[in-house]
Order: sequence, then C-alpha cells, then structure tokens
Amino acid sequence: MRYSISLGLALGCSIAESSRFARKNYFYPDLAKNYQISQYDEPIAFEGEVEVELDDGTLVRIPIERAHMEEDAGKLTHVGGATGRIQGAEYSLVDYNRAGVPLVEIVTKPIFGAEHRAPELARAYVGTIRDIVRSLGVSDARMERGNLRCDANVSLRPRGQEKLGTRTETKNVNSLRSVERAVRYEIQRQAAILAGGGTIIQETRHWHEDTGTTSAGRPKSDADDYRYFPEPDLLPVVPSKELIAELRAALPESPAVFRRRLQTEYGFTDGEFRDILNANLLVEMEQTVAAGAAPAQARKWWLGEILRIANARGVEAGTLISPFHVSELIALVESGRLTDRLGRQVLEGVVAGEGSPDEVVKARGLAVVSDDAALLAAIDEALASQPDVLAKIRDGKVQAAGAVIGAVMKAMRGQADAARVRELVLERAQG
Amino acid sequence: MPDESPSITADQVQHLANLARIALTPAEIEHLAVELGSIVESVRKVTEVATPDVPATSHPIPLTNIFRADVVGDTLTNEQALSGAPEAFDGRFRVSAILGEEQ
Amino acid sequence: MTDLTRLPAADLADLLTRREVSSVEATRASLDRIAAAEGDLHAFLHVAGDAALKRASEIDQLRADGHDLGPLAGVPVAIKDVLCTKDMPSTAGSRILEGWVPPYDATVVARLRSAGLVPLGKTNMDEFAMGSSTEHSAYGPTHNPWDLDRIPGGSGGGSAAAVAAFEAPFALGSDTGGSIRQPAAVTGTVGMKPTYGGVSRYGAIALASSLDQVGPVSRTVLDSALLHDVIGGHDPHDSTSLEDVWPSFADAARAGASNLALSGLRVGVVRELHGEGFQAGVRQRFDEALALLAAAGAEIVEVSAPHFEYAIAAYYLILPAEASSNLAKYDSVRFGLRVTPEGGGTVEQVMSATREAGFGPEVKRRIILGTYALSAGYYDAYYGSAQKVRTLIQRDFDAAFSQVDVLVTPSAPTTAFKLGDKIDDPLAMYLNDITTIPANLAGIPGMGLPIGLAPEDGLPVGIQLMAPAREDARLYKVGATLEALLHDTWGHPLLDLLPADFGRSRAGATGHASPAHLVPPPGPGTEPDGGTA
Repeated sequence: MRYSISLGLALGCSIAESSRFARKNYFYPDLAKNYQISQYDEPIAFEGEVEVELDDGTLVRIPIERAHMEEDAGKLTHVGGATGRIQGAEYSLVDYNRAGVPLVEIVTKPIFGAEHRAPELARAYVGTIRDIVRSLGVSDARMERGNLRCDANVSLRPRGQEKLGTRTETKNVNSLRSVERAVRYEIQRQAAILAGGGTIIQETRHWHEDTGTTSAGRPKSDADDYRYFPEPDLLPVVPSKELIAELRAALPESPAVFRRRLQTEYGFTDGEFRDILNANLLVEMEQTVAAGAAPAQARKWWLGEILRIANARGVEAGTLISPFHVSELIALVESGRLTDRLGRQVLEGVVAGEGSPDEVVKARGLAVVSDDAALLAAIDEALASQPDVLAKIRDGKVQAAGAVIGAVMKAMRGQADAARVRELVLERAQG
Repeated sequence: MPDESPSITADQVQHLANLARIALTPAEIEHLAVELGSIVESVRKVTEVATPDVPATSHPIPLTNIFRADVVGDTLTNEQALSGAPEAFDGRFRVSAILGEEQ
Repeated sequence: MTDLTRLPAADLADLLTRREVSSVEATRASLDRIAAAEGDLHAFLHVAGDAALKRASEIDQLRADGHDLGPLAGVPVAIKDVLCTKDMPSTAGSRILEGWVPPYDATVVARLRSAGLVPLGKTNMDEFAMGSSTEHSAYGPTHNPWDLDRIPGGSGGGSAAAVAAFEAPFALGSDTGGSIRQPAAVTGTVGMKPTYGGVSRYGAIALASSLDQVGPVSRTVLDSALLHDVIGGHDPHDSTSLEDVWPSFADAARAGASNLALSGLRVGVVRELHGEGFQAGVRQRFDEALALLAAAGAEIVEVSAPHFEYAIAAYYLILPAEASSNLAKYDSVRFGLRVTPEGGGTVEQVMSATREAGFGPEVKRRIILGTYALSAGYYDAYYGSAQKVRTLIQRDFDAAFSQVDVLVTPSAPTTAFKLGDKIDDPLAMYLNDITTIPANLAGIPGMGLPIGLAPEDGLPVGIQLMAPAREDARLYKVGATLEALLHDTWGHPLLDLLPADFGRSRAGATGHASPAHLVPPPGPGTEPDGGTA
C-alpha cells in the first residue's frame, strides 16, 4: 500500500481519497480463484506525468492515466510442445507461489507525435519507470526476471486524421532493448498493412526475441466480459493526508534530478555520462560510488570489463554483479593487492557465482606476490640467464629491463606488481 | 436493460454459460432461458427505487484501511497445497493443454 | 439415568465440569442417537465416530489431570459441511467437492477444538448453501424430525434437524439469507446470525462474501450464546472481521433469563413483515408472543420498513453475482472433482465438463443469473441497483432502531412445507426468505427462537429478533427472557413435544406418504461410524 502510494507520487499522480478493489472475473488456470483482485473504478493513483530523457538529451513528458494495484497470477509451464510455448503443448504445470503477490500497473495515456522516435521513447519511458521503481526500493525491477513487465500498445494515425488508429498490444517484452525493437517492428508491420490498404485488427500480439517479430495472439472480442464488481472480501483504502505527506516527504529525487546531480558530483563530461546512461548503469554507478569506489574507477569497471561480459552473454550488466562487490573489487586493485589483470580474473569468479571478490581471491589464490625475497630470487635467476641484458642496463639502456620484467612476471604467473618488479630489477642491476 | 423486455434467449444463456465455464446441455439452456426470464422479471423491481441520489452499499459494515504487516504468515506446505489436486506433477498442479491465452 | 442427549449443552457442560459425566459418555450417547435417528433424518453427511470418541477421551484425561478447561470442554458439537475441517471431508453439499479434505480448519472450527468441544461430524445442507430446504444437497435431503415428510429448512437443515432430534446438543451453521434462522423456525430450535464481521468467515466455503455469517444453532438461547462466545471475535485472516471487544453473550443470556421484567424495552413490529402472506398459525403464535412481551412490560410499537419489499429482489441479484465469482474456484485444477470429456480435451473443456457434472441445478441457475447480473450492459441496472436497495434497507433499519430497541418478525412465513413442494419453483422457494434477508443485507444480528406449534398443522413456529449492528448481546438478553416466559407458560421446552416417531403416526393419520417412502437411500457418508468415502 505504501509502495503504491509512493510510486503514484513519484509519477506525479493524485492519490485517491478513497480507493477500492474489484474482482476481474475470467477463467484461466494461472488464477487460483478464477478472478483477479484488481482495481477498476477507484485506482489508488491517477493523472500524473513523468519526464523522460531521450538519448540526445531531449526531454519528453509522458502523461500517466493511472496506477492501480492488482495481484499477480501464478506461473504456467507448458510441457510437450516443441518450443515450450502454449501452442502444441501436451499439458501445463501451474505454480501458484507467485499468485497473490501485489503489483502495480501503470497505464500511460496515448503518447502522440513521437513519430520515428516512438521506439526510442518507449524504451526511455520504461527505463525511467525502472529507475523510479528501483530508487523507491519497491522492486529490483529486473525485466528479465519479470519484476517489471511491459505491454506496449501501438497505433498509427495518418497525418491529418483526428481519430486514433486501431491499436495492438504487444506482450512478452522482456528487456528495454526489446521494448524498442518490438515497438519499431509493430510500427513497421502496421505501416505496411495500412500502406497496402489493409486494416489493423485489434488484438494482443506476442514479441519473439529470437526472430525480432510479433505474432498474432488473442483478438479482443465481445466475449471479453470481466464482470468487474467491488471485491467484498477486502475493504476500501482511505489513505490519510498525513500518510501521503509522510510518503511524499520521503520520496527520493526524480531520475532526471538524480542524473543531473550525479553528473556534477562525478565530474564527468556529457559524453562520459551518456555512456553510463546508455548502458543503464546509473543506479549501479551510484551504489558503487556510495560503497566507496572513486567515480572514475567505477565507470571504468562497469563500462569496461563488466559490460563486455554482459554483452557477450546478452544480459544486462546490472544482473552480473552487485555494486557492492564491484566496489570491493576496485578497493582490492587500488590497494595493490590485485593487478588489473588479476582483478579481471576475480570479476570472472564473482560473476560465476564463486562468492565475493575477497572469497574469490582466497579460493583462487590470486593475490599479488608482494614478497620481495621471492621476487628477487626470480629476478636474479632471470638476470643470470640473460647476462647481456644486465650489461645493457648498466650501460644506461633502462628499457632493456623489459625483457627481465617479462620473464619475472611469467615466473610469478602474473601475480606480481610489475612496477615493483621494475624497481627491484633496476636496483639489482645497479647493485 | 430494464426498459426492454427482460426475456432471456437461449443464445444469451449459452453466452453466460461460456463465461461461467459450464457445459450446459441444450435442454438445460432452454429450461434456464425460461426460468431466468421469470426470475429477472421479478428482481428487476430494484430499479424502481435505485435512484441516482442513493449511494451503493458493497460492505454491510463500513470499515476502511484493514491491513496486516507485510510478513510471511501461516502458509501451506507444498504437499498440503497439492493434497487435493486431481493431478499434480513435479510439485505443481497439472492441467491438460490450454487453448486460450493469458490475459 | 438421565438421557444425556436431551440435556442442553450448558447443563451437560456443568456435569462434565463436575466430572459427574465423562465426555466419552456424552459423546457416545450422541453417536448412539445418531445411529438410531440417521436412517430417518439424514442430517449428517459425515459422522466422525472414532475421532470424536478419541477426542472425548483426551478431554476426560485432561480434566482428570486437573487441567482447567473451558466451560464447554467435552461437549459434542455438529458442524455444517460448509466449514473447512482438516480431518473430515468438507463438501458444502456439492458433488464437486465430494471427499475433499481441506488442509486447514476454518477459524471457527479451530476455536471449537481449542475450547475442547468434540466434533461429531458434518451436517447436511443445500449445495453451497443455496436453498431453503436441503433438497438441493447433492447427497439427498434431510428430513424434518417433526414430520419426516417435510423440509428441515435450509440451507442449514442438517444442523437444525440434528439439534432438534437430539443428535447433537448444538451445532454450527452459516447464514447468508436465513440459512440459520429459517431452519431454526421450522425445527423448533434456536439460531443466531451474528453481526456481519462478528464471527470469522475464514475457512467458511463462501457463498456470498458480503452476506455470509457463521453462527450457532441450539435448543436454548443460552447454548447459542455459549457457542457464540467460543467462535466469535476478531480474526486477522478475515479482512471483514470486526475488531470489537464483545461482551459475554452467555452472561447476557443468563441476565435475560434471570430477570423477566422487560419494562422500558421498546419492541418494533415491522408492518411489512406481518399479517398478509403469513400462515394463520404463524400469525397467531407471533401475536401471542408479542402479548407475552407486552405483559412483561415491553412496549410494542409498529414500525415501517418501506424498502423491505425490494429486499428479495436485491438479494437475488447480489447473492448470485457474488456466488458466480466465489464458485469460479471449483474448476478441477486445485481440488475437487475433475471430469475429462471423452477423448480428452483442453483445460477449458475439462473445466466446463467438470462444472456441468459437479454442480446441481440450483447452483447452475444462480451462477448463470449472477453472471448475467454482472455482465456488461446490465451491471448498473441490476447489481448496481441492488446495492442501492441495500443502502435503502439499511436506512429503514436506522429509522426503525431510532424508535425501538429490537425488531421482531415471524422467522418464516409458514411452517415447514412438504419435501418436493417448491423444488421446481425457484421463485416460490426464494420468497420463503422474505423475513430473514433484510438482516443479511444490512449486516445486523438476527436470532430465531421457537414460540410454539401452529394449531393447524402442529409444526413449530419461530420468532425473529433483530438488533442494530454490534448489539448481539441485546438479542441474547431479550431472547432468553422471551424463552423463559414461554417455558413458564408451557411448563416445558417446545422440543419436549417432538414426536418420538418423527411424526410417522401423523403421516399415517392424515394419509401422507408411508414412512418407508421417507427413508433416504443409504449412501456414502451416512454411516454413523464410517464416514464419507
């Protein structure tokens, strides 16, 4: 209840003086009661607006129709079909553990005039909702885990026409990237139909990540009659003015303000900051810095190695490792206990689920060799095997030390601080 | 609507039966159409006094803001939850193929 | 030796507390009575003989060990089959839940158990509590112990018949539109529908959530009060449960029985629920009861409730609408019956076939009616209007209670009608609830108690007392006074007149169906010790 009101406030909505639940009646095996507790005529929040920033910094205001509470349904697994999809399945299994968990559905008003930027705007909007939900602590808002889901409605309207075109609703869109792709696909599909003189059927469509297309689902029909009525088992919610004021006072800054503040605090250029936003890593950055890392280091790790692994795996970087662990990793490198190269190995271990950076260092035995005696022994061996190098160094050709340093690093299996090795080599050569 | 004749057709009953997921027989549908017609004729008298100025009552004793703490309460074990299932598999309820789609 | 089955629960409880009688003896007496009477009555769907004796023996042991048990510990009790019991099938009288044993107890059942009461079994009822006669039970009707040819009322006819026929000292019922009070009226027993929210609905198989209330059925007002004290009070599992701290209803009943003066009490007679349309003998006994109240000092006032004539119409829109939604959960997925069409089928077809096979005609009728009332284009006219009528009826009650302390009506328009008389006429069956429905629509408490036998047919007549919401104790006090006045007049409780042969001789004398015809076919669940398959 408090989360819903906070979310409504963060969306700039009015909070209902009195809000109630309704039953939405329809039979489906993922509903334990064959009705869904939802809100119908008295949603908790309504009439709001969120500011969304496009990639080039353009700000767009998205009008919010309402945000209402409802319960989640159970999870269906379709067995026996070739694809795990519902079509062709032999039977289905139902898990109701998720059923009854509260969720908020946020409905925008139609967004006019986005034209060719509509796909980008859709992604930016969902990304903004995600940031808001996360900043409120309501949910991790991981799309791939179903914490945040998006049904994208698309309708085209020829220039000069007043009436909205027939819309379709695309489901099964499981990442920000998919939001953009699905909307783009649907615009092109509808445009092709309209250009060919055809008509759009009002229906639910399903997004297929693998093929990058949508397919027709259930048509909307007169048979949809949900027979909403006030839920008799639950009482109305009448949020007090005090509660609303308390939650409003506790709201975190809006994502737009948050972004501007961080950019200033971190001292990043627009370009540097844009990279973070494009990778959807701002919240991770903020948490990594809050855990003690320097902004530049945090940016280097998130946009470098972590993003590389994420892209290779086709997942969001934020799902790979927690900001706290990134901060811990940076601290290990900064303290000299790890080299950058060792740090990357530790990162791999953390991503592979081997534990915290510290635990991975211990388990894999990856700490830098800081024992000078061990290093000196290796240096002496290397110098002895390359007497010409020793002579060159003594002649002042310091760059010749590189060959010895390389040999020592190899002998240490990389677990040495190259700068320290260099110092020792030069000392030894002079000695 | 109340101004029209409330008589109910067999097609309407069939539609209602579909919504209510009951595979009524043709005989039941015919019979129910007649019965519902007379019941609806009788109950539609509520419209005589239900003027716009009268508020609706959905709960007999008005209460608001009934909440509980957001903590795990009494729950059934997986075995208990499945104990009455006509068919279960792999810790879940098993049903035959689903035709329709999620809503 | 005293026949323990004929003792009121309060008296039996005293003997148990004083250890003059053991719970095993009392329980065995009830089970023996059930074994003797069930062939005629079919009041039970399941009798838990072994479990009851085991529990009784535990209670006896606890008491012997010096444990301080509750006042009703060791007293047997019957439970309407609408209530979930984790050790007994809970079918709500429906084929679709045949044999289903829930994994949890209803709150009221859990409270009975922790108070040391001994559950005897589950009582018969109209399927999902839809009916006024038990003829809509999927397992066959219950017969009225005053005349086996007649209905025991409904939906809770099983509980009422069991209590009237001394099979159990008292029982739990549920009342959505009169399912406790109307059976009480036609069997000569006491029944109480508490204030909505006074007793938890958690684990009570829902018919219409905004109308349902669980309550006691007994032979005396005090016994209902004692049972109400055990089952009532706030339950966090039910959002509509009231957090009120309730007074002791047993104390209220005892106070009412000990001081028979009613001076200062204003009793309202509802003009619209009196007179025309009521059986002559019902009117006569009702007027006599009013005279008795007046003689004890009460002031009798006529009040008007102009919107009560819309109550049945509103009720038969709200109830089917809520029921159509509440009963959607019986779909063959999580529990209960599953019927697969020949050659298999999609889950949609399995659901539809299951519901077709598992629901009886009255349930289907009401589900379809409720689906209609909620469907697009009809909601405002039907369901919406019915909810407005609900407001108007509450206003009628508010106006009446500004003039009087309690309202009285006959509990039912007639005495028990014949089995089969109204089964094919749903509208006539619905009209039977005219007196009881307003209290459910308004959420106020209502109590039914016996006021004699109608002269023309010798069958019980009941009076209904109603009080403002949360004033349940007032009903126990006034009800106990009226009961005591009546007992003083008669010289004995009404049920002393219950014919030992359950009215067979009457049937013979008046040329009705032969007794053999009335015995229900043996079926699952009627074995005193066996239980439902």
